[in-house]
Formats: sequence, structure tokens, C-alpha cells
Amino acid sequence: MFAKFLKGMKDGIPIALGYLSVSFTFGIKAVSDGLLWWQALLISMTNLTSAGQFAGLSVMAGAGSLVEIACTQLVINMRYALMSLSLTQKVDKSFTRLKRWLCGFGMTDEIFAVASGKLHSVTAGYMAGLIATPFVGWSLGTLLGAVAGNILPAAVQSALSVAIYGMFIAIFVPPMKKAKPVAIVVAIGALLSCAFRFVPLIKEISSGFAIIICAVAAAGLGAFLFPISDEEEAHA
Amino acid sequence: MTASVFFRYLIVMAGVTYLIRAVPFAMFRKKIKNKYVKSFLQYVPFAVLSAMTIPDIFFATDMLVSAVAALAVAVILAYREKSLLTVALVSCVSVYAVEFAVRLVS
Repeated sequence: MFAKFLKGMKDGIPIALGYLSVSFTFGIKAVSDGLLWWQALLISMTNLTSAGQFAGLSVMAGAGSLVEIACTQLVINMRYALMSLSLTQKVDKSFTRLKRWLCGFGMTDEIFAVASGKLHSVTAGYMAGLIATPFVGWSLGTLLGAVAGNILPAAVQSALSVAIYGMFIAIFVPPMKKAKPVAIVVAIGALLSCAFRFVPLIKEISSGFAIIICAVAAAGLGAFLFPISDEEEAHA
Repeated sequence: MTASVFFRYLIVMAGVTYLIRAVPFAMFRKKIKNKYVKSFLQYVPFAVLSAMTIPDIFFATDMLVSAVAALAVAVILAYREKSLLTVALVSCVSVYAVEFAVRLVS
């Protein structure tokens, strides 16, 4: 159990590094939008999500309504529901109901990505470790950004900002060379995502929704064209 | 903003975000048998990851050229099945090195 927890913490290090730079920016922005340092920290510790927090911040700064902030979070974070559902198929029996309620808190894009990239099923201990390090990175980065926004040189911030993407690439490239359907799903996902960034009209769609549409379309097409039979499941 | 207004925002924001994540994870306990649904859920992470990486990585750094370098380095290392930490760290170092070099010559 403890060894699994440590393994999870270690796998969480690249996530934490990436989070450090993103949450650092969040801390700076929160304070410049008029929040106190402990308020910025509290938002990060209770929400643990990037896009949602930035959006929430602008609602607060604009003195928006509670309904508005609730809807914003719902739209931007709806993708987590899809990820949670996907990960339910990968967790093992060590996940009691209580542990699921607890670990559900840590379902971020990156934590989900690493957990679902595991070859074998995911244990509760591993998942807890995988949440712990990024949680510390996210909170610490926010705190540092809020109290000392100018300590990290711009060049270092720029470098740290690719940590997350490096990690994503390390997760989706290896299975691409083993399974052609995965390569095709990855390509469709990337193409659609570019469309949502650059094509007029559809680029107005919020990033949270765009991710859901890309994921559903690419994974749906993959499932339709290349359904995985039980024998090959181990390789997917 | 008063403290009570802040806490109202905080509770709504954190509450909605938590429920979206935890409810499906805690409530759905069955193993899915349908091969299409099963395949769909297995492909979701890859679709999500590529959609989040491309094109966002190109806008993440101070210069486009450092982002392209990081992407190339990451793909090569990942292809050779290096660990997550290695790929992430070497990508960061490439960005730093490329931007340092560009600043030096310009």
C-alpha cells in the first residue's frame, strides 16, 4: 500500500512541476484581481483545476452572480465527468466507496492521463500518491505567485510551461507505435483541437467544451472503426 | 470583496467542480461489457491528451521555436519509451536552451 503510494507520488512529480508554473501565474493574477494571498491559496486547494479557476477568478473580479460562477464551472469542468467515467473501468477492488469519493477530488486532466496510461489496474494507494504531489505543487505555486510573483525569471517560467505537454506526449506516443487505432485517435483529436482553435465561429466555443467535443468525436470514431476485442485489450 | 462574499463564491465553485468529478467516479461501479462503449472509454484518454497538447504547446512558451524544439524532443524521447519525468524535464531544458541561444544571437 505504502509502496504504491510512493510510486504514485513519484509519477506525480512531472505533473507537480507543470502545475507549479501554471498555478504561479494563477497566484499572480488572483492578487492583481484584488484577492488576498490566502484567498488565492484557498481557491487552489479546494478546486485543483486550472481553466476553471481562471474563469472563476474573472467572474469574481466582475462581481458576477453565484449562478454565473456555477455555470462557468459546470461547462469548463464537464470533461472531468467523462474522465471519471473512463477511469471507473480501470480501478481495482481496493477502491472502496469512500476512497472513490475522496480520490474523485483529484481527477484533473493530468492525473487522469497518468492513471489511465497505466498498463495495469489502478489501486487506491497509487491514486492517492498521484494526487498528493500535484496537489502540493498546485498549492505551493499559487502561494508563491500570490506572495512573490516576481521571484521566478521569465525564462524559467517559459521552460516550465512545457512540462505538462512533455508528460502528455510521454503518455500517448508509446501506445501509438504499438496500436494503429490509438495513433489514428490521437491524430483526429489533434486535428479537431486545431479546428477549435483556428476556424472562425467554432473557435468561440469555450476550451472546456472543445475538449469534450474533441474527445467524444475522436474516441467515438475510434470505437466505431476499431472496437477492441477482449483478447487485445491488454495491449490498448 | 468582503470575506462572506468570497466564501460564497468559493463554496459554489469548489462544490460544483467536486461533484462533477466525484459523482461519476463514486457512483458508477459496474464493469462495462459492450465492446463499443468499452473501446470508447479506452480511447478517451488518448483523444483528450492529444487535443490538449496540440495546438496548445505552440502557445505555451515565450517563442514558437522553443515550443517546436520541445515537441520534437518530447516525441523522440517518448518514442524511445523514456519515463514521464525524463520526457517532461528534458522538454523544459530544451525550451530553456533554445530561448537562451536565440537571445544570445539576436
